Amino acid sequence: MSRAEGPAPGREGWGTPSAAARFGVVVFPGSNCDADCFWALEHLGYRVRYVWHQDSDLEDLDCVVLPGGFAYGDHLRAGAIARFSPVMQAVGRFARDGGLVLGICNGFQVLLEAGLLPGAMLANSGLRFICRYVFLRVENASTPFTRLCRPGQVLRIPIAHYQGNYYAGPATLSELERRGQVVLRYCDEEGRVTPESNPNGSLGGIAAVANPGFNVMGLMPHPERACLAELGSTDGRLILMSAAEEAVRRRRAPQAAAAAGPPDASAGAGAGPAGAAGTAPPGAGR
Amino acid sequence: MSQSAWREMGLSDQEYRRICARLGREPNLTELGMFAVLWSEHCAYKHSRHWLALLPTQGERVVQGPGENAGAVDLGDGFVACWKMESHNHPSAIEPFQGAATGVGGIVRDILAMGARPVALLDSLHFGPPGPGRAAYLIDGVVSGIAAYGNCIGVPTVGGETRFSEAYALNPLVNVMCVGLAPRGRLARGVAEGVGNPVLLVGNRTGRDGIHGCTFASEELGQGSLSRRPAVQVGDPFTEKLLIEACLEAWGSGALVGMQDLGAAGLTSAAAESAARAGTGMEIDLDRVPRREQGMTPYEVMLSESQERMLLIARRGREEEVRRIMEKWGLAASLVGRVTGDGRLRVLEGGRVVADVPVSALAQEAPMYNPRALRPSYLREAWTATLPSPPPPSSWPAALNRALLRLLGGPDLGSRRWVYEQYDHMVQTGTALPPGADAAVLMLKGSRRALAVCADGNGRACYLDPRRGGAAVVAEAARNLVCVGARPIGITNCLNFGSPEKPSVYWQFQQAVAGMAEACRALNLPVTGGNVSFYNETSGRAVHPTPVIGAVGLLEDISRLVRPGFDSPGHLVLLLGDRAPGELGGSQYLETAFGALLGRPPAVNLALESRLQALCLDAAAEGLLASAHDCSDGGLAVALAECCLMAAPQAAGAEVDLGTLRAGTRVDAWLFGERPSRVVASVSPGALERVVGLARARDVPCRVLGVVGPGRLRVRARGELLLDVEVEELRQAWEVALAAALAGAGQGGVRQVG
Repeated sequence: MSRAEGPAPGREGWGTPSAAARFGVVVFPGSNCDADCFWALEHLGYRVRYVWHQDSDLEDLDCVVLPGGFAYGDHLRAGAIARFSPVMQAVGRFARDGGLVLGICNGFQVLLEAGLLPGAMLANSGLRFICRYVFLRVENASTPFTRLCRPGQVLRIPIAHYQGNYYAGPATLSELERRGQVVLRYCDEEGRVTPESNPNGSLGGIAAVANPGFNVMGLMPHPERACLAELGSTDGRLILMSAAEEAVRRRRAPQAAAAAGPPDASAGAGAGPAGAAGTAPPGAGR
Repeated sequence: MSQSAWREMGLSDQEYRRICARLGREPNLTELGMFAVLWSEHCAYKHSRHWLALLPTQGERVVQGPGENAGAVDLGDGFVACWKMESHNHPSAIEPFQGAATGVGGIVRDILAMGARPVALLDSLHFGPPGPGRAAYLIDGVVSGIAAYGNCIGVPTVGGETRFSEAYALNPLVNVMCVGLAPRGRLARGVAEGVGNPVLLVGNRTGRDGIHGCTFASEELGQGSLSRRPAVQVGDPFTEKLLIEACLEAWGSGALVGMQDLGAAGLTSAAAESAARAGTGMEIDLDRVPRREQGMTPYEVMLSESQERMLLIARRGREEEVRRIMEKWGLAASLVGRVTGDGRLRVLEGGRVVADVPVSALAQEAPMYNPRALRPSYLREAWTATLPSPPPPSSWPAALNRALLRLLGGPDLGSRRWVYEQYDHMVQTGTALPPGADAAVLMLKGSRRALAVCADGNGRACYLDPRRGGAAVVAEAARNLVCVGARPIGITNCLNFGSPEKPSVYWQFQQAVAGMAEACRALNLPVTGGNVSFYNETSGRAVHPTPVIGAVGLLEDISRLVRPGFDSPGHLVLLLGDRAPGELGGSQYLETAFGALLGRPPAVNLALESRLQALCLDAAAEGLLASAHDCSDGGLAVALAECCLMAAPQAAGAEVDLGTLRAGTRVDAWLFGERPSRVVASVSPGALERVVGLARARDVPCRVLGVVGPGRLRVRARGELLLDVEVEELRQAWEVALAAALAGAGQGGVRQVG
């Protein structure tokens, strides 16, 4: 079974390469996975700081994480008020400049409302909040957020949301599919995308989408909750570690970042051409 | 003052005279209202206090016993855990969504007032038989209310129980427990210390909602109860989340001397209790209390139960610092008063004193009652009733298979996934053992240690014998903790009963508390606090006496966590504990198969229980247990089936032989009868000898029942096949049981004596 195979040897366990990557975790009033994201990133060995919703200085960061929760109480609509916050203006500029932006759950909803990702989120088809582990198939393993995964790899990561039913118009949807912007899809344990494996009614079982430049991704599942074996899975690390490796790669080759195009498709999990030994900072082997 | 004034507020003529005598004059309307709420059963424990004194409160790890907003125990490695459980039964009966939601909000603020970060919620829910109509409305409303509030504030709901019985159809029980963590030595207290210190009211504005909520909670429900809907408050979890962050930041800044939540009886209770604890007084200026609506009287402001408010007692000169922290989180903070040294609660409006009463009179001098208690007549009938006949041998195993399937596929024992998947049970990334097991386990980040928590009640057993039932509930909660490998270190309780003014109900209460006290002493379990909910009656009919226990336990090493499901084929299945067969009295089986609430539940052998728990902890600490699961509702057969169903990564089966059945014991008692002090465990063949040795050393019976295998559960007795079922078939029924029952595939009613 594919999910049993993790990332390349040497990357297991807390304390990993790419320690130089700098993450910022945005704190909106009502964010409630901010501390979880901070904890997971810190324990993966990266530099992390919180970004208050009224701040707009993101200069020092490689990757901005918009965490889960209920920003501004999700009043009106999930993410509808958060998009007007000072930090989101800054995140928009940061994204246009090619910076990495990862929206998780409510963060995904905020990115949709802010227009940084296409589509919209509806209430789950069952009209209930769902918290459970799901299986996800990696549809595009060459994005900055999945470069440590293998194409078609099945990840086990939990979801916890009421509005995770992804929707986009037919034209947008076919464009997303054509350009490989559908990054993760709900599937069963064997990687089959079936109606039963779709927890919330998402169109095409879509769990994660990226922007055309692939530097912004939103996903409903919570990778930060799947970073420790004691919590049931370590597959979430692949998402966070991919972003870290991409950040370090970009810093070494700034031109690649400026182009903001999809990175080399050969950057799969096992191979890790730009990662592994090349980017490992001193002390990464601990 | 007219007689009707105090009577409408729930005070007796005698209580009114007592207030007059204490004040040396008649109270004005505001003062009368303040007495009425603080002297209500809900706030004053008038009928329960001296019986609760039976419960032991001392323990080596206890750092805070009863008397504060929550109890607390030391977990080691610099962690202190606080926890408390409270009922929100009456509001939930009237408006299930908001009633349950504000139940969550209220208990979370109790933990917050301790300076602890809320890290887990558990709910003990009791409803009438599930089915479409009002039952589904109540169940769905309560579950969605808990989900909406708990999910939004980012506190995982990790456990609890959902039980059904006709006795709760008109009066559901919604008991919510919150667990918090604080650094050792940094606990807050609800004290208004330091004369001259400023008192700030923070959070939501004060409105007319919830006035006399606690008086409402201290009377029976009846025909007119729906008109009480305005006494139910509306929750605002977003503001609660901000309060959590802001109050913890303020407490961490050192600018505060105390924190007190505003719960039942609102500002009156918060002011009186915090001043009473410190032996001080307080002056409150109502002009400074931010209002939600105009024209509120002093009476309304003092009694409002508007949610999401906290009273912060700051150090003099540091109130601006506190205000800045609140502002950062978008919260209003108003300087509403000062701590005084005269022991009085003085309320001003427009510079005029509108209430002036001694703090101790409000908070500590409510009358105590110990009314007549009388054993109810239904018990003799229930204990001596003839039980329905067991399935004849000719029908084995088919009839017994069907009975098992019916139990696991029914709403009482079916999977609770429908409930707990609606709760975010993973937020805060600490849930190492999620809902569904005997207890939930939470990681303590930065430590090898972990915290185990559970909430358990058993109204059926308590109805049929409150003393035995009370002891059994305590024993089961503790047993659930040891099954996951955690040492029980303290309990809290939430005691749900009918009207204490009825001798039969009061007898049930006394007996249940006595039983709990016996078990606590035998198991060395301190009770760090509790909540009593009387008057759970509708139109004169009381709920089953239902004490619910919220227990916390400590795992020294999270890698020694034990799960309930069988782990590997080839492992040996053991029955640890009481050798005697289960009894049908008060069993789930009698209720499910025959619709009968009859018989007498077995007594807990507390000495054996204590030894069994010690054995489980020994074996778990040595890493010998591949799985462990409490044998409770549904008896041995259901426990075995659950071990199969919860096996990971996929369902397992088991081949079990019960050996020679004791003569005179019914086959259904062997399979489905219940008895405390039993645990179904599995061990690798290599570990057997060591486990048997430990059991011998602890003088606990340990019997090899069989072996874990693939896909089928087979139970024999001396060669005779009693049960033979495909686990997949059980799973299909078990998984959908609850949702199916709610949709209307329910079962027949329960015959109840008395």
